[in-house]
Amino acid sequence: MNTPWKPAEQPDKFTFDAASEAEIAKVLVKYPEARKASAVMPMLYIAQRQMGRETGSAWVPVAAMDEIARRLDMAPIRVYEVASFYTMFNTRPIGRYHLQVCTTTSCWLRGSDDVVHACKKAAGIGGFGETSEDGLFTLTQVECLGACANAPILQVDDDFYEDMDGPRTEALIAALRAGERPPAGPTVNRCGSAPEGGCKTLLVTPEAASENQ
Amino acid sequence: MLQDKDRIFTNLYGQDDWKLEGARKRGDWDNTAAILAKGRDGVVAEMKASGLRGRGGAGFPTGLKWSFMPKQSDGRPHYLVINGDESEPGTCKDREVMRHEPHKLIESALIASFAMGAHAAYIYIRGEFFREAEHLQYAVDEAYAAGLLGKNAAGTGWDFDFYIHRGAGAYICGEETALLESLEGKKGQPRMKPPFPAGVGLYGCPTTVNNVESISVASTIMRRGASWFAGLGRPNNAGSKLMAISGHVNTPCVFEEELGVPLKDIIEKHGGGVRGGWDNLLAVIPGGCSVPVLPKSICETVLMDYDSLRAERSGLGTACMIVMDKSTDIIEAIARFSRFFKHESCGQCTPCREGTGWMMRMMDRMVQGRAELEEIDLLEQVTRQVEGHTICALGDAAAWPIQGLIRHFRPEMEARIRQYKAAPGGTGLVQVPAHGVPVAAE
Repeated sequence: MNTPWKPAEQPDKFTFDAASEAEIAKVLVKYPEARKASAVMPMLYIAQRQMGRETGSAWVPVAAMDEIARRLDMAPIRVYEVASFYTMFNTRPIGRYHLQVCTTTSCWLRGSDDVVHACKKAAGIGGFGETSEDGLFTLTQVECLGACANAPILQVDDDFYEDMDGPRTEALIAALRAGERPPAGPTVNRCGSAPEGGCKTLLVTPEAASENQ
Repeated sequence: MLQDKDRIFTNLYGQDDWKLEGARKRGDWDNTAAILAKGRDGVVAEMKASGLRGRGGAGFPTGLKWSFMPKQSDGRPHYLVINGDESEPGTCKDREVMRHEPHKLIESALIASFAMGAHAAYIYIRGEFFREAEHLQYAVDEAYAAGLLGKNAAGTGWDFDFYIHRGAGAYICGEETALLESLEGKKGQPRMKPPFPAGVGLYGCPTTVNNVESISVASTIMRRGASWFAGLGRPNNAGSKLMAISGHVNTPCVFEEELGVPLKDIIEKHGGGVRGGWDNLLAVIPGGCSVPVLPKSICETVLMDYDSLRAERSGLGTACMIVMDKSTDIIEAIARFSRFFKHESCGQCTPCREGTGWMMRMMDRMVQGRAELEEIDLLEQVTRQVEGHTICALGDAAAWPIQGLIRHFRPEMEARIRQYKAAPGGTGLVQVPAHGVPVAAE
């Protein structure tokens, strides 16, 4: 292990970079000018991703919230309350990889406890909400991820790794540690959410089905 | 059982190209102008005749909902808002539509928006579905480039814009007014109704909020006709529906099936049977965690549709079932839902904010058996104090799984309590004094 991970301090100021500005321009045209407060969630995401690019830790500092409030003509508190209401905005620094394990009933029934255990073991984390000493991994317990037919799910940053078990979780974390990004999706033999081992419906090709219409 | 020729979602598993070219081959965007030529009233009448009921859980007739939009604009724009905040535990069907059938969704949104006089639609996608939103955004860009969106969309003479808005991890935003609040850039806390969104919705304008699946089936219904759709399923429970099976079955999956098929047949066919055989079944939660659990005896015969499940004091919900075999600790399974609702309560109404915490703490003790027999009734009373006393249905949703547990599995709960009392160290001590226990002591 390297030096123990210490969360970064709140930076004094935050400026959107050119890549972020391009995204902001795309976001603002979606909403009527008088209703631009609607852009607060997209802009918090943009700030969080920029922090991820710049520092390796995707989180939203208060300075970024203030900047968003200024840009959208909102009171800063309105931005703070949005940032703290929604769980996907990290208001504190996190590790390089965000391991989000679903432990709600569908995943639990299919062995999410094993996935949690494997995460703790392979990433070197004691419990939920903690970051490994090397600053690489943060483990979070999340509620239903909406992919229950592919349970249990381990979400790493933006990607769903599906049909997980203990050994595959450890292998995934080892790969991440080595700087690789294994392809997301099911980790067993199935196409998306089709039954494992082959489809039982849609055996007639879609083209043939449309011709019948 | 539904035949392949009657399936609406023919690329459900992404086995084929999900982009524009593939979608056109499957029949999407085929002469959309002819559908809109039926006129606004014609489209709404067709949807009403199809018998389609909302696919998000509540089951409100979709055509009727569309007809609530003002016929004449009073100067305010109309909006269609599509609810893609799929967060109900057990539910994973809209995800497949967004990532594998995005053009069916966009084309149907055009038809629906025309039918309600809206020139813009927003889809609210849960934040965790990042890749799904990427697919949909790609499809939207394709559609704009091909002239299917924007001015005179798809040559229909109707101007139509389609925007994607991502949520950020709040289950409550699946409630339609909380969703609107969130879309306006606020915390997702439900609004009082009335006024209903059809009068005062997004930005104070007339708005209809529909589930992703309810919208997506519109294009196929308009092409194949209301009578085709109404011919599937049973009266008042028409059509086919996306369903999913998760939990203790051999092959968990998402699939499209006709309504009114026996639950048992669905588990056998699509789920590949219960793990360890049908007799190893303990219980099924038929439609997402908010609907009460069904024990095996009911699962033997019940049909999978709105009215049959309602008659068994459960509900179709999202039709995404969770199957549990006899190895399951059913009390823990339901207690996990109580923790979920405690986590997801928005905190606006006192009965829900406090009640979900009470229910969670009591359920956690029930899992251990660290309770008194009378407390089962007390727990039931607490659920009744929450149910129906909140602005939105989250309070009800938190109460129903526990009520279902007590209704069908009370002997298990009592046995757990007796077991705890009999265990070494737990010798018959009264766990909770007759006057109850102060909150601080919990």
